[in-house]
Amino acid sequence: MTATVPPVIPAAGVPAPGVPMPGPPGVPPGLSAPAGSSAVYLTGSWRTERPVYRSLLPPCSAACPAGEDIQAWLYEAQESGDGYERAWRRLTAQNPLPAIMGRVCYHPCQSACNRVQLDEMVGINAVERFLGDLAIARGWQFEAPPERTASGKRALVVGSGPAGLSAAYHLRRLGHAVTVREAKDQLGGMLRYGIPQYRLPRDVIDAEVARLAATGVVFEAGSRVEDLAAAAACFDATVVCVGAGVGHHISIPAGSAAKVLDAVALLEETAAGSPPLLGRRVAVYGGGNTAMDAARTAKRLGAEDAVIIYRRTREQMPAHEEEYRDAISEGIRVKWLSTIAEVERGRVVIERMELDGSGHPRPTGVFDEVEADTVVLAIGQDADLDVIAGVPGVDAHDGVISLDAQMMTGRPGIFAAGDAAPGDRTATVAVGQGKLAAFGADAWLRGRVYQAPPRVAEATFDRLNTWYYADAPLQQRPALEAARRTSGFEEVVRGLSEESALFEARRCMSCGNCFECDNCYGLCPDDVIRKLGHGQKYVIDLDYCKGCGICAAECPCGCIEMVPEDR
Amino acid sequence: MAKVHIPFMQTGALAVGGRLLDEDERSVQAWQDRPSTLTRGHRACQGCAEALAARWVLDTAMEVTGGKLMVANATGCLEVFSTLYPESAWRVPWIHSLFANAASVATGIAATNHAKGRDDIRVIAQGGDGGTADIGMACLSGMFERNDDVLYVCYDNQAYMNTGVQRSGATPPAARTSTTPAVGLSPGNTFGQGKFVPKIAMAHEIPYVATATVADLRDLEAKVRTAMKHRGARYLHILVTCPLGWGTKTAASIKMARLATQCGLFPVFEAEYGDITGVTPIRSRVPVEDYLRPQRRFAHLFGPRGDEAALERIRGQAERNIRQYHLLEEGVLA
Repeated sequence: MTATVPPVIPAAGVPAPGVPMPGPPGVPPGLSAPAGSSAVYLTGSWRTERPVYRSLLPPCSAACPAGEDIQAWLYEAQESGDGYERAWRRLTAQNPLPAIMGRVCYHPCQSACNRVQLDEMVGINAVERFLGDLAIARGWQFEAPPERTASGKRALVVGSGPAGLSAAYHLRRLGHAVTVREAKDQLGGMLRYGIPQYRLPRDVIDAEVARLAATGVVFEAGSRVEDLAAAAACFDATVVCVGAGVGHHISIPAGSAAKVLDAVALLEETAAGSPPLLGRRVAVYGGGNTAMDAARTAKRLGAEDAVIIYRRTREQMPAHEEEYRDAISEGIRVKWLSTIAEVERGRVVIERMELDGSGHPRPTGVFDEVEADTVVLAIGQDADLDVIAGVPGVDAHDGVISLDAQMMTGRPGIFAAGDAAPGDRTATVAVGQGKLAAFGADAWLRGRVYQAPPRVAEATFDRLNTWYYADAPLQQRPALEAARRTSGFEEVVRGLSEESALFEARRCMSCGNCFECDNCYGLCPDDVIRKLGHGQKYVIDLDYCKGCGICAAECPCGCIEMVPEDR
Repeated sequence: MAKVHIPFMQTGALAVGGRLLDEDERSVQAWQDRPSTLTRGHRACQGCAEALAARWVLDTAMEVTGGKLMVANATGCLEVFSTLYPESAWRVPWIHSLFANAASVATGIAATNHAKGRDDIRVIAQGGDGGTADIGMACLSGMFERNDDVLYVCYDNQAYMNTGVQRSGATPPAARTSTTPAVGLSPGNTFGQGKFVPKIAMAHEIPYVATATVADLRDLEAKVRTAMKHRGARYLHILVTCPLGWGTKTAASIKMARLATQCGLFPVFEAEYGDITGVTPIRSRVPVEDYLRPQRRFAHLFGPRGDEAALERIRGQAERNIRQYHLLEEGVLA
């Protein structure tokens, strides 16, 4: 070990540490030795544990289906100014669609946020949207990826929904030439045809897709892939992202004059600009997010009354809390514990249900009526698996395409992601799967196997010292007045102002990752930590560190761990 | 105390610094080139809060005085662990006085500076609670009475830790020390004895008296700045955790000081010319047990053979502080 000497301030006429101070004149040596600095004592030898800076996995990132490094981009955003662009670049390294995801993601990150246990979760999704919108407003583009010919490989992506866009983006970044084929006339898949524009305005989709196109991804809209095997044969790898756009049907006894349509068709036709005629009263059958969207869309199309009929209870309803709340605030009614027994012209016969001992609904034999000009079925969606029919090696199981850990089908070189693949059906999961499929395909193209980086330990709440986080409430995104909402397709949830977004970003506790609060540096009784400057963090001089552990105990974000010395 | 307004930047005023703060909003301890007047290599125990507080005080004073500072140090832990002949951990002109006379030595230095026309050089005397409350009381009271231009800083770790944890006039009631063992009918230190030196200092109606702890750096720095703005006798009393004497984990030194303030047993306030001018209110109140239980010196108060009567008296003491210093009333005196 070598003694290191801290920087010296030119003050008060004291020699620098280690520089001997001459003894009084005339006093024999031994009675007055030259004064030296205590730095000659390497107190690090006392230590039984050493502090080590860690970078742990924050719960938000652990919960993000798209694998965003949320703490890292919030960290950049906290600095404001140029930090926003750095934040956007950190974010889009994982997910190319922040303006879209900032609107439609159900933000599992926020449910996992440690701050919930202190006051309220950090409004991550709102900050993501702020960054996405700012990027569009300022015209930020992705860094130019390698030349299209860099890898010499060509990839085909079938479908331009969130999975397809994500897969195309990552394959392009990895140096492959990418072509996206979309069956419909416009790009975006379910983002455009399944999500109403009051939640996701079309110009936002256009802007983020255009940015992807600028990286050299070739989009071919109105180009349905009829023969997957033949199409795939023209490319080195193929990612199938055809989504689940087929409304699930059940047979309900219906009179000839009864009007029944499915929610997917309602949303799609509305999105395409030719909404169906619904009448004054609309009943929506189902309890998922699509049911909420269908009911809210019906209201906007002029229905005076929109009622959701659902066979279970509110607690069992799969729709997300926010979607449900928004629907209720727009005047949508819900008939719980009800199934549709029969549909006739102008009315629906419903049967009351009750929960049995194990929580399953069972019929009671009690019937009721609801007036309805149209019944919209929102009881689930199926993947359109026609595309894989007859392709050797590509199999489906439980209505979705079977995949290995690399997101590859049984046919080498054909991958799949999104709603047609196993997993939760959300846009964010689709983005994450698109990325994984791209990584799998890239590795396969290079003759390797994709290995996810090892998962580090999670920064759980008990690791934090929350004393240091001042109480700071969540900035709510302003919502349109409920009365104004249903009159049109204007976007309901508005973005945060810069001030609010910045404040919200700064509410992040940076769980498990140093954010340079200087606590370790300022609270070390032995002056052994050196501060390296903005963004450079700190270094501990182990020659002197006695291992007291104050730095670890007082680190707000829990990024310092005490590790036993074995010597 | 609303002395330092720090904007919310992830953390508020309770953290040492923060990369988002402007330079002038950071504590001296957050500076990359802080003076570090008490530097590495000193031989304080692991987790010694006295070493920490001393660096905080003198670094701030160095900043305020532009490095024109002289320090007289009473005998005690701080002196022993920082200066083992012939090495020194001090990076400031520093003299070791006797146990009793740090205040007098500092008075002499200040008088000499004045005689030489060097009133720009400021003087700090410092010592532990033993050298302040007991052994040096007469010299200190004299310094106050004459209103000598000295800031006296007491690092109160509540016993003579250096010599083996003997009781001092600042040892809290019921605490076990080597001279107040946890035996007999009322184990530990006697109730109703000892003294709270800040009140004695206030009784001298000197320009400035303040208390602080190692749990609130910003508050401590602000008090040193205020103290250095005044001329005449000033007194700063800082509660510093002693893991050895208190029987606490070395990593818990900051936390223990925090609990001492948050349970009401250690009031944080400042006073000018004998009148209280500011109080740091309790932010998140905890029962006194939360503070006492982790300390081995109070272990005999808990468990099956615990001492509920003693605990009740200690609770009463916290209540009295809360009433007397308005510790639960935000902004009442600030």
